[in-house]
Order: sequence, then structure tokens, then C-alpha cells
Amino acid sequence: MLTRRRFVQSSTLAGAALLVGFRFDGSPTMAADAVFAPNAFIRIAPDNTVTIISKHIELGQGSYTGLATILAEELDADWSQIRVEAAPADVEKYSNLKAGPFQLTGGSTAMANSWEQHRRAGATARAILVEAAAQEWGVPAAEIAVDRGVVSHAPSGRRATFGELAPRAAKLTPPAQVRLKEPSEFKLVGTRLPRLDGPSKTDGSAKFTMDVYLPGMLTALIARPPRFGATLKSFDAAAARRIKGVTHVVQVPSGVAVVATKFWAARKGREALRIVWDESRAETFGSEDLYRGYRSLAGRPGAPARRDGDAAAAVAGAAKVVEAVYEFPYLAHAPMEPLDAVVHLRADACEVWAGSQAPTVDQQVVAQVVGLPPAKVQIHTMLAGGSFGRRATPNGDVAGEAASVAKAIGGEKPVKLVWTREDDIQGGRYRPLYVHRLRAGLDAQGNILGWEHRIVGQSILKGTFFEAALVKNGIDATSVEGAANLPYAIQNLTVELNTTIVGVPVLWWRSVGSTHTAYSTETFLDELAQATGRDPVELRRALLAKHPRHLAVLDLVVEKAGWSQPLPAGRARGVAIHESFNSVVAQVAEVSLRPDGLPKVEKVVCAVDCGTPINPDVIRAQMEGGIGFGLAGALWSEITLVRGRPQERNFDSYRPLRIAEMPAVQVHIVPSGAAPTGVGEPGVPPIAPAVANALFKLTGQRVRRLPFARLTPAGVHTA
Amino acid sequence: MLSIQVNGQSRTVDAEADVPLLWVLRDELGLTGTKYGCGVAQCGACTVHVDGRATRSCVTPAGALRGRAVVTIEGARSKVAQAVQTAWRELDVPQCGYCQSGQIMSAIALLTEMPRPSDADIDAAMSGNVCRCATYVRIRAAIHEAARTLGG
Repeated sequence: MLTRRRFVQSSTLAGAALLVGFRFDGSPTMAADAVFAPNAFIRIAPDNTVTIISKHIELGQGSYTGLATILAEELDADWSQIRVEAAPADVEKYSNLKAGPFQLTGGSTAMANSWEQHRRAGATARAILVEAAAQEWGVPAAEIAVDRGVVSHAPSGRRATFGELAPRAAKLTPPAQVRLKEPSEFKLVGTRLPRLDGPSKTDGSAKFTMDVYLPGMLTALIARPPRFGATLKSFDAAAARRIKGVTHVVQVPSGVAVVATKFWAARKGREALRIVWDESRAETFGSEDLYRGYRSLAGRPGAPARRDGDAAAAVAGAAKVVEAVYEFPYLAHAPMEPLDAVVHLRADACEVWAGSQAPTVDQQVVAQVVGLPPAKVQIHTMLAGGSFGRRATPNGDVAGEAASVAKAIGGEKPVKLVWTREDDIQGGRYRPLYVHRLRAGLDAQGNILGWEHRIVGQSILKGTFFEAALVKNGIDATSVEGAANLPYAIQNLTVELNTTIVGVPVLWWRSVGSTHTAYSTETFLDELAQATGRDPVELRRALLAKHPRHLAVLDLVVEKAGWSQPLPAGRARGVAIHESFNSVVAQVAEVSLRPDGLPKVEKVVCAVDCGTPINPDVIRAQMEGGIGFGLAGALWSEITLVRGRPQERNFDSYRPLRIAEMPAVQVHIVPSGAAPTGVGEPGVPPIAPAVANALFKLTGQRVRRLPFARLTPAGVHTA
Repeated sequence: MLSIQVNGQSRTVDAEADVPLLWVLRDELGLTGTKYGCGVAQCGACTVHVDGRATRSCVTPAGALRGRAVVTIEGARSKVAQAVQTAWRELDVPQCGYCQSGQIMSAIALLTEMPRPSDADIDAAMSGNVCRCATYVRIRAAIHEAARTLGG
């Protein structure tokens, strides 16, 4: 096995840069009939490049590299010949097998739903290449071997590359049955392979939607209402139209669009608009109003999401009752690439360039907006500069807006719609604000007799096309996930949900329900451990006796973190474990105190069971990134509504995590031969409760309203 | 008309003096490696070098650059730049990648000034560059690795 460094060097020496976004260009050496494309996921060209067609968007989570690894494994390709290209929108070919029928990157399902599909795609292509070689050389297929992109027949000494065999392979019919490898035969899966998108993301050449420039393209910004639910009453565009470069000012469903030859002119034009909004039906609740109302609702019974035994009676009869109320703010996703889409509308067809997690949804939405059949709307999925859920909207909001602008200006020229950072932070689609109430009854020996958990907040899915599948008996699965499936052995346990209706648009935020349920359950469990004088790890182990996967992850993290080892004065450890997207992650956070009283997270040890580890280094990266993303939300980030208006505007007031606040991270992966499960999201949930549990040991203070910045006057947002 | 020197070439563009350098680079010169992230010098995605110093191009008026040398990620070819980009690839720093041009430009400026930075030096020099994917662990490691290969 090549070491990683040698691998990078040899790839570079061979001049075989790992390019992403390679496109079939129809040049003479690449005549279509010489290209071997046995299925929707692979194309082998005579130049010996193997192009993997990814139905999942690459938004940082490593999907391109992971999907390519699976297919290249069964194909026995050489990593240096692999390229990746985004699939077109096509629900027949590229539906998400775990979430569809639609094309979706979400729920940390890319590897899980593609594992079998890509293995079969690779194995099928390999079998056809072998058959092509057997025919060409007149030898039995059984005597042919394939290794690192070379097909060979040892007895005759004949060898051929995939590219050389492609024209003949293209004429053969795929076999009905193929053999998949045993895990012991894996050469790529489980090894450290360089990311395919690494080089283009270090030299500035990676192309995001923001980087799409087409001949004659215009740039549009939209002025949207200052409060959610307000509508346009009137506008005066005279001053905006006088700005040099402004070409159109048009009304669109979401507001007033200023279209210009360049971004800066569009921005100046938007500033020059005079708009009167009708706010008579706008949402005017502030965050504090919502917290107050939600706390009251937390005292009332809700729809049952889980009911084991009789928790109310068990708590009522307990020797000791512990109760806590938790409050979670609205959160913006704030991906580094602000929201954007390019639409080129012509009389009989429409092209869209976007970094959408749901391209077939965008296709439907754009088709409806511009009045063309969906088949006439072509979607080019670009690299996305982060998303964290924001680019998976059930109504294709951004592409739909861009299409509405293209339509309003008559579709003469391509239009790039850009949301400024302020538009993004203030534009809604937030992780909902929630209040949780937890009550537990303990007996004299410290056993947990009953556990009552009530969650109050908006439904993410109500009113969307996901409602039919994911909202059952008044329970939005995304509101209670992580709480309703609490793994701990507690005989009397209820989880209830009070769903609220508020006019603030909400959406899933990396790890969705677990962004709040992991925090409330894992810090509350620590409170119970403290109340009964038990070690938090020992209590969890006892309650997880019937969950071997959880136990293995917990034991691994505890061992690697040296849980029972002494720490220097002023430091403490906290632990949390949580299952999300079928993966189990445990983290131990080692925390000290900053001079302002906020926690400084020095180090995090993380253990993860995500089934078969496809790319261990991508998994490590996702755990590191998940910890940092979760920490940003725990420490700093918050959208505060005052009379319905978001107070934060940009990264100055909506604080992200910065490098000095990033802990050292150690990641340990549980070896597994099970089918792969998620890694994009499961790293997020445990970090906030692990830090909170450590902080309690240092200060004796339980943080029950996030973010932690509220602990200190200096940290409270004053925007 | 404005004249600016970018990546060693003198360029003339049809833009007013108050247009931020970022938008001249992107919309006029097609240098899209420099990114728009916030527009108010809070995220560093737009970082370029002006006379060798890491500069937020989103708040730098293009008209203020007469006689100054601008280098973008596309023109980053110094020995330090190569060491930084190699370390970035070997450690697979980027995730979504959108902020990485800016991170790399800040890292190059740091290592050019300070061949062997400590963790605290790195934190100070890189604090203006936000990465929502939180690739910070690897950014730190890659800067140390680049310093090592440069013999700092």
C-alpha cells in the first residue's frame, strides 16, 4: 500500500491531476461510441479516464470522493484515473434510495443509499471489461485479472488499460449477475485516499455557482420584506434605475429585484430603491415572546411521540424529582458561499446552475415558474460552498427566485441571483427555536424510575411535500428525533410534542432534531448522575447495557480520552453520546475557563461507529468539522427576533467559530463490516452537551439556554 | 477607467473608483478564486495580497490601489505559496473549499513574515478567516507542515 504522501507525489509526477468536473467534450478521440458507459454512474473513455457520475452534491462532506471510492473499489480502477461529475437532475436514474423518490443529498444518506448501487455499478463495468479482454485476446474470462486499472492475462502476458478496452466494452451487454467483493478483498475502501476535489480547492480553480459567468449574464439582488410575512405595497425605482449598470427593476413574488450588469451596480441599485411594505400580516413575535409562550406550553400535555409504561405516575411517586427547562434559539446556516443560482431562460428551454441538495425539486419548481415542462429544464449541479441543510428546501426557494427574475425580465439573458450575507442571515429558514422540559423521578438508590420529556417548537416539515412521509399523528419526526428514540433503559418514559405555528420560515440545520435533543437529553442525564452521585460514564454504561454499538463507542472514547486520569487544575472533562442518521458518536470534551467565564474547549476526543468506514480521513474530517460547527452553535450563534425582525446581520453579530476557538480533535473509528451509515451530520450533536457537562464541573453552573455566550454580559449579543 | 496591477500584469477596467477590488477581480477580470463571503471584512474569503500584505478585497476600493501590486490565489506562485498549497493538499484541508483561497492567502502572508509561527501566532494571523466547515484543525496543522518544509 502506498503511503499517502507517496500517493500524492506519484499522482502529481504522472501528471494525472485529480480533476473534478471533467466533462465529455465530444472531441474526435472521444467519439461517443468509443466511450464505455454501462450504467448511469460510470463512463470510461478511450483516454483511460474513469468518470464517476455523482447523484449527490459535493458540499464539503466528501460525497464525490466517497462515491468514487466505492465504485473504483469494485472496478479495480487506479485512483489517479478517477474523475467525478455531477449527475443531471433525473429522478428515474438518480433518486435517493433511502429518501426518494426524488434526487436528494440529505440526512447523511449519500454513502448509505449508494453503497450497493455503486458497488454493483463498478462490479458490472469490471465484468464487461474482463469480457471485452477475453474476446479480444481469445482467452477464458476466468483467467483474467484486474488491478489498479490494468486488465491482464498472466498466461499470455497480455495487458490492456480500461481505456483501450472501452470501445469494445461499449458494444457488450451487461451481465445479469455480478459478484461483489468480500470486505477482505477491499483495496481502496478503508484506506486514506486524497480527496478528488482537493487540488481545485487549493488553487482557486474550483467552480461554485457564484463562479458561473456566462456571456451577457446579469446579476440580480432582491429586496425582501423586513419581517416574515410582509408583502410589497409599492415601490419607486426611479433612483435605482439611474445607477449605472442597472438594467431592470422588476417585481417578483419575494420582493423587488434589481438587475444589473455587475454585482456592485445591483447592490447600489437595491440600496437606492424606495419600497413601502405592507406589514399588516407580518410576524411580530420576538424571541423572548416565543420563549415565554413555549415555556407555558411545555407545562401542558402534547402529542405522544413515545410512551413506555407510566412516566407521570413513576415521577409522581419518586423519592426525588429533577426538572429542567432548556431553551434553544433560532439558528441560521450561514454557509460560506451565500445563496445563489444562475438561470438562463430561452423561449423553449431553461438552464439552471445551482448548488442544490435537491435538483429534481429545483427542476419542478423552475419549470412551474417559467411555464415549461420539467424535461425542458436542465439542472447543472455545481460544487456548493457549504450548506448545512440550507440548500435542501422543499420549495426550491433560491432557484425558484432566480427563475422568477429571469421570467420577469423576459429571459433575454442569463441571470445570476445572489443573496448577500445580510440576506442570508436575515432571510429565515432557521433552525427552529425550541423549548424542552425534562422531568425525572429517582428512587432512594438513584435509579431512574420515570422520564418525561416535552418538546415545544415549530414543525420543519408541516406544509411541505415531506409532510405525508414524515409527519405522523401530529408528530414531525424531525422535532423529536434523538429524544423519542432515547436508547437508555428507563422503564417509564414519555416524549411529547407541542407543535407551534409561527410565521418564521424554518428548516433543517446540520443534524436536524439532534441539534437540540442531544443537548437536553445528554445534559439532563448528567444532572441525574450528579443528583445520585454516580459517574456520568458509569451511569450511561449501565443504561446502555442492551445497546452494544453504543457501548463500544462509549468505551472507546472513554479509553482514548483517559476519562479517569487526573487533569491539571482548572480543567474538566464532559462526555456525551448520541445516535443520529444511524451512526453513533461519543465525545469527551476537555474544557477550561476563559477570563470572561465562557468555556474554552481545549481538546475533544471523538469515537464514531458509522458502519464500514469508506474513507477514514473523510470521516475524521467530518467529525472535526461537525465538532466545530456544533461548537459555533453552542458558544456563539443565535438569531434574535425583536418584534419579528432578526437583529443579527452578518458575521460580526451572527458569530461563527474562529480558529482560536477550535479545540484539538482526536477521532477514533470503530472497525465495522456493517453497511455504511452517515458521517456528515452525526459529529455535531454530542459536542454541545459534552462541553456543558464539563463546564458544570468547573463552575457548578448548568447552561439551559443556548448559546453559552449568554453566560457573560460581554458575550450577549448587542446587535 | 481604472488601472490596477494584478498578478504581475497591468490591467485596465471599466469600473468606478469606489467599486471594491473583490468585484473588479471577479466581475471584470474573471479571477473567481477570490470569493465573496460577507462584504464587510468579517470572514476573509476575499483575502488577496496588496504589496504582500493580506488584505480584505471586499472593503478595498479599487481606486485606492494605484501603484500597488495585487496578487490573488491565481497568481500565488512563490516558494511559500507552493509549500502552503502542497501542505493543504497533503492534509486534505478543504471541505466545501469556498473559504480556502482566502485561508491560503492569509497563510502565505503569515509564513512570508514569520517562518516558524506558534499556534498562538497562527490563531492571531488567521482569526479573520472564517471556515463554516471548521477545517481549523487542519489549517493549523498545514501551516506548521508548510513551515517545516520551508525549513522555517
